[in-house]
Amino acid sequence: MAVASSGFSLPEFSPRIDQVGVEERAARFTKRSIKNDSKVQGLKLVLNMIDLTTLEGKDTDGKVKQLCYKAMHPHDALPGLPTVAAVCVYPTMVRVAKKALEGSGIRVASVATAFPSGQSSKDVKLRDTKFAVNEGADEVDMVISRGKFHAGEYNFVFDEIAMIKEACGEARLKVILETGELGSFDKVRRASDIAMMAGADFIKTSTGKIQPAATMPVTLVMLEAIRDFYYKTGRMVGMKPAGGISKSKLALHYLVMVKEVLGDDWLNNDWFRFGASSLANDVLMQLVKMQTGTYQAANYFSVD
Amino acid sequence: MEKRLEVLKTYKIYIGGQFPRTESGRYYIPNNASGKKLANVCLSSRKDLREAVVAARGAFGGWSSRSAFNRSQILYRMAEMLEGRRAQFLEELVLQDSSRIKAEKELDLAIDRIIYYAGWCDKFQQVFSAVNPVASSHFNFSVPEPTGVVGIIAPQGDSLLGLISVIAPVIAGGCTCVVLASETKPLCAVTFSEVLNSSDLPGGVINILTGKPSELTSWFVDHMDVNAMVYCEKDAVVQKMIRERSAANLKRISFYDQVDWQTEAGQSPYFIMDTQEIKTTWHPIENIAGAGAGY
Repeated sequence: MAVASSGFSLPEFSPRIDQVGVEERAARFTKRSIKNDSKVQGLKLVLNMIDLTTLEGKDTDGKVKQLCYKAMHPHDALPGLPTVAAVCVYPTMVRVAKKALEGSGIRVASVATAFPSGQSSKDVKLRDTKFAVNEGADEVDMVISRGKFHAGEYNFVFDEIAMIKEACGEARLKVILETGELGSFDKVRRASDIAMMAGADFIKTSTGKIQPAATMPVTLVMLEAIRDFYYKTGRMVGMKPAGGISKSKLALHYLVMVKEVLGDDWLNNDWFRFGASSLANDVLMQLVKMQTGTYQAANYFSVD
Repeated sequence: MEKRLEVLKTYKIYIGGQFPRTESGRYYIPNNASGKKLANVCLSSRKDLREAVVAARGAFGGWSSRSAFNRSQILYRMAEMLEGRRAQFLEELVLQDSSRIKAEKELDLAIDRIIYYAGWCDKFQQVFSAVNPVASSHFNFSVPEPTGVVGIIAPQGDSLLGLISVIAPVIAGGCTCVVLASETKPLCAVTFSEVLNSSDLPGGVINILTGKPSELTSWFVDHMDVNAMVYCEKDAVVQKMIRERSAANLKRISFYDQVDWQTEAGQSPYFIMDTQEIKTTWHPIENIAGAGAGY
């Protein structure tokens, strides 16, 4: 479906969301019984879907290099582990990460567009994005203008995403909705639809700087938006919940949800990611527990 | 008038400042000597232990970095709260085969023992620290620091006094713990957790499980996040198992199978030291070789 930005109006393709229904449905995904073999496979898949992230003012080259090493060597004591999917950093750190990850196949994702608030001019956002791409980012994580969205200026939000998408060139674009600031499932659904229509390759829940970040119900709403969009247009869009997912068990619940809403096609790191920093170690601890049979302690695993 | 329905107490476990039932949904019914059923008690599983260790690890940072004086205040508060619930503990002790007189004595001793360790909280460091003579220009000193999370299999006998005698020195030293209460006499342990919950003790510092040592001891020992083990029974086979399998993460092990908790020998700052480790610091100082360093 081709959508001209000028003729864009929303309510037609954004259905209302039944909040109680979504919450109950999301809760039911946590009740699946997962047997040991599936659990090990699931945990490895989770590890392979992680965008290992550091987005702090205090980030240094050294910190980013260390994170990249962790991305390539999650836990060498346990052979046969996959690497993570990507390393996610600020634009200024892209070059460092790119160099550190050379030849590993791990992608570099960069946040852009005045992350995390998105409160800046069009020009700054464009240059921010182009800078990240020129530095070598394989993926760009942009934020939408939540203020404009709340003010009802959906065309503005749409145009902005389309503009950034164009600036990305070959790089895949993830659009962060910052669901913690949107306020209702209806608005999450609407923002998801706008982002996908405007060309997002991924839609992503949160920056990780705002509470609440990713939750299962909000992710479910977005997954259903992706499903409906796929049925309508035939185009697959990826999903990335970010922030607040730090336990393996919860990550497995997310996989169950993806499988039951979108199916096996989405169960790989081309179409599903976890934005997380501490999840990786919990997954590793669980994998070692599955192998040795003894409960593990955090201080036997590298910090990052 | 209709007979009132009895409201029976549910004996639950204590993890992270909460009173959950065991995740396994299992229970057991201990009897006393005269065959009376004591209660339906949670039969904790290894997953309860796992949760308890997570809680204890989470609480360790805050508890160990509190001022020693504040830990002392909290231990004292525990004693106060215990004093306030004398009647309930006496009743439970008698139900668990103690005589009235013995129960009174055990309770008095238990309260006094907490006070005793409350006193030691900010004093044992001075007694056991040392300034060491070295041959280089360093100020070299050693201080005890809490080991971390301690797994405790409580004494089967003195169900209140024994429990308190093994817990108090551990937390006085700044460690946190997961305790498996007496299997046959668990009532006081559960009631004690209610005391803890009203004595300013942060959740997770003491976690109390009920269940079978035969089932859970090996899970304590194998857990890589448990840094020390306290075991109070004479069972040589179990002791050997603990010694061998603790090697995986070099747990500090204490066996208290010879201690009579009813006597003076049941309390000592050395019990605190059993779950401490000595850290030595080499602090460079100005070269005063001519004068010969005193330390």
